[in-house]
Amino acid sequence: MTSLRLLATSIAITTAMSSAAFAQTTLTMWYHGAGNEVESNIVNQIISDFNASQSDWVVEIQSFPQAAYNDSVVAGALAGNLPDILDVDGPVMPNWAWSGYMQPLQIDEAKIANYLPGTKGVWNGELYSIGLWDAAISLVTRQSYLDELGLRTPTLAEPWTGEEFMDALAKAKASGNFDYALDLGTAWTGEWYPYAFSPFLQSFGGDIIDRSTYTSAEGVLNGDAAVAFGNWWQGLFEDGYAQATQDPADRDNGFNSGKYAFSWNGNWAALGTLDAYDDVLFLPAPDFGNGSKIGAASWQFGVSAASEHPEGASAFIEFALQDKYLAEFSNGIGLIPATASAAAMTENYKEGGPLAVFFDLSEAQALVRPVTPGYVVAAKVFEKALADIANGADVQDALDSAVDEIDADVAKNDNYGF
Amino acid sequence: MAQLSADNHGLRLVVRYTVLGLIALIFVFPLVFMLMSSLKPDAQLLSDTRSLRAFLPVGDISLDNYFDAFRRAPVGLFIFNSVIVTGVTVVLTLFICSAAAFAFVFVDWRGRDLVLTLILATLIVPFETIAIPLLLIASKLPWLGFDGLTYGWLNSYQVQIIPFVADGLTIFLFVQYFKDLPGELIEAARVEGASWWQVYRRVVIPLAGPVLATAAILKFLVMYNQYLWPLMVVQEERYRPVMVGLQYFFQLNRAWGEIMAYLSLITVPVLAFYLFLQRAFIASIASTGVKG
Repeated sequence: MTSLRLLATSIAITTAMSSAAFAQTTLTMWYHGAGNEVESNIVNQIISDFNASQSDWVVEIQSFPQAAYNDSVVAGALAGNLPDILDVDGPVMPNWAWSGYMQPLQIDEAKIANYLPGTKGVWNGELYSIGLWDAAISLVTRQSYLDELGLRTPTLAEPWTGEEFMDALAKAKASGNFDYALDLGTAWTGEWYPYAFSPFLQSFGGDIIDRSTYTSAEGVLNGDAAVAFGNWWQGLFEDGYAQATQDPADRDNGFNSGKYAFSWNGNWAALGTLDAYDDVLFLPAPDFGNGSKIGAASWQFGVSAASEHPEGASAFIEFALQDKYLAEFSNGIGLIPATASAAAMTENYKEGGPLAVFFDLSEAQALVRPVTPGYVVAAKVFEKALADIANGADVQDALDSAVDEIDADVAKNDNYGF
Repeated sequence: MAQLSADNHGLRLVVRYTVLGLIALIFVFPLVFMLMSSLKPDAQLLSDTRSLRAFLPVGDISLDNYFDAFRRAPVGLFIFNSVIVTGVTVVLTLFICSAAAFAFVFVDWRGRDLVLTLILATLIVPFETIAIPLLLIASKLPWLGFDGLTYGWLNSYQVQIIPFVADGLTIFLFVQYFKDLPGELIEAARVEGASWWQVYRRVVIPLAGPVLATAAILKFLVMYNQYLWPLMVVQEERYRPVMVGLQYFFQLNRAWGEIMAYLSLITVPVLAFYLFLQRAFIASIASTGVKG
């Protein structure tokens, strides 16, 4: 009888434990970091910690290579096969939200009050995505170059004016010490163009689209300020300061091997440059009249519209928003932690750290790319216009054509809901 | 006079082989560059690109890029997936398309020419135009497997194989080849009482070596280089083929040495398959060359 009771008790306990195990709901997650071992390890660690921290949810990850990620998500959406959690590049988020691929996050917004502005993916007044880091661009050079060329060292409070910047390029070219004065990274195509170069346009006073209405680019992409920007842009190549087409090897290694005096590059490449030289400077963007600007918003986490468990997906994202994970990502892949408190925990971004300037740049100069579903089309149009202008196209014609194309796309999509 | 002719012949041979040798070098250079670069660290690889050193195993040579490539991505899995998908597709394509061509050429049936015309018309339709409808269909199709009846073919081998086992180009190749076969052979076999299957299996296919090899090589290259379709239908790493896997190496800070190592590794099956079929191709010509 005792044996029978023991058996019954054992069965009851086993059943209860099984029920508890079965009560866990699986959340699928897609991530863009396949091939990046460090990034994958950190994401896997967060998932492992989250799964161990509670008994309601189990997150399972599927990683994609970055170059194939966006197309995979769009195909997954078409096939009705989206996961619960996905990550999204900041400027693409409004398009995915508008297309019905994503739903608003259910997280406590007090927790992200002190996050860098570029890490918050807000569309239509609602938070759809949140990033654990941001990225920033600076004008990279060496103190020794500035000294040799007799140039003032610009600061965040007092960046170079447009004239000072052009004077620096002219002096670098005249010195004969460099193949080209400026490495713009034209070897990188795609999103690099709007991310890296539209801030110049914005500093001139133009923009990719009119942000007051988001329904037209007329006047902002082909007005006087934009044409001034276009003429300046074309002059960089016509005057031999930069290359309209660039060997990818030069982009990767050119500045570090002394071919360029200045390089317009992101914080993700900064550690390699610090290894190459001991007097590297990361300077703020020049001010062409409307303030110094740099791009903002990197990869962020969000919840897919197909998720039947948005509360679980949001719980995971909220769990990931811990300073220790922000710091781990920063230490691992060199990106800017989303909070000052996380930055203080990192080697590179703590006060006095070699990359701390990027946190300040991001905080002071960052301007998110136009927050509209039409950005994905406008970005490609902008890239083509800049490439055409760099290769000698008439500036006004190229910009007018770009405006026509962007406006036609906006009209075709019923103003994207604006 | 005979001496002069012999000299001319010799000179012609020298010129011919010199020209052929140069052309061969031009074609081999990219492969040599890829292999040599796969053995060098990135900094040296990039600095060597401006000289002939790019084609020579000089400097800091090691297999580190290969080890790093295996650390970055499941290279063996990607190659295995591609070989499985490509191999099965090639075998099924050769059977289905040759059987279809056999029916078009040798069997008399109503509407034959119309159906063949429709199939050939598909040659002008780019895959990209049907990719999305195909994706929607594939995502809902039933499949009877080890898990019983399931719906949706995404994340599987069959979704990468079955849509490609019949195509207009391969059927066209077989049709053209079969038309040149002597009709008397088929008639004689039929008079002797052979069934259509026996004629196909025992008379036509043994004579179709060259076209089988040609179709196999063409199909192999198309399938091995598949990128868009697996990108759309495969979200799980365990089914990913080599071309999607290549993207693992295109990070913001590109590891060119690893990219070259990966490319060298995934080129091996292509070269092996080509060399294998090249011999079969020559053997087929030798054995069927007496037919005329």
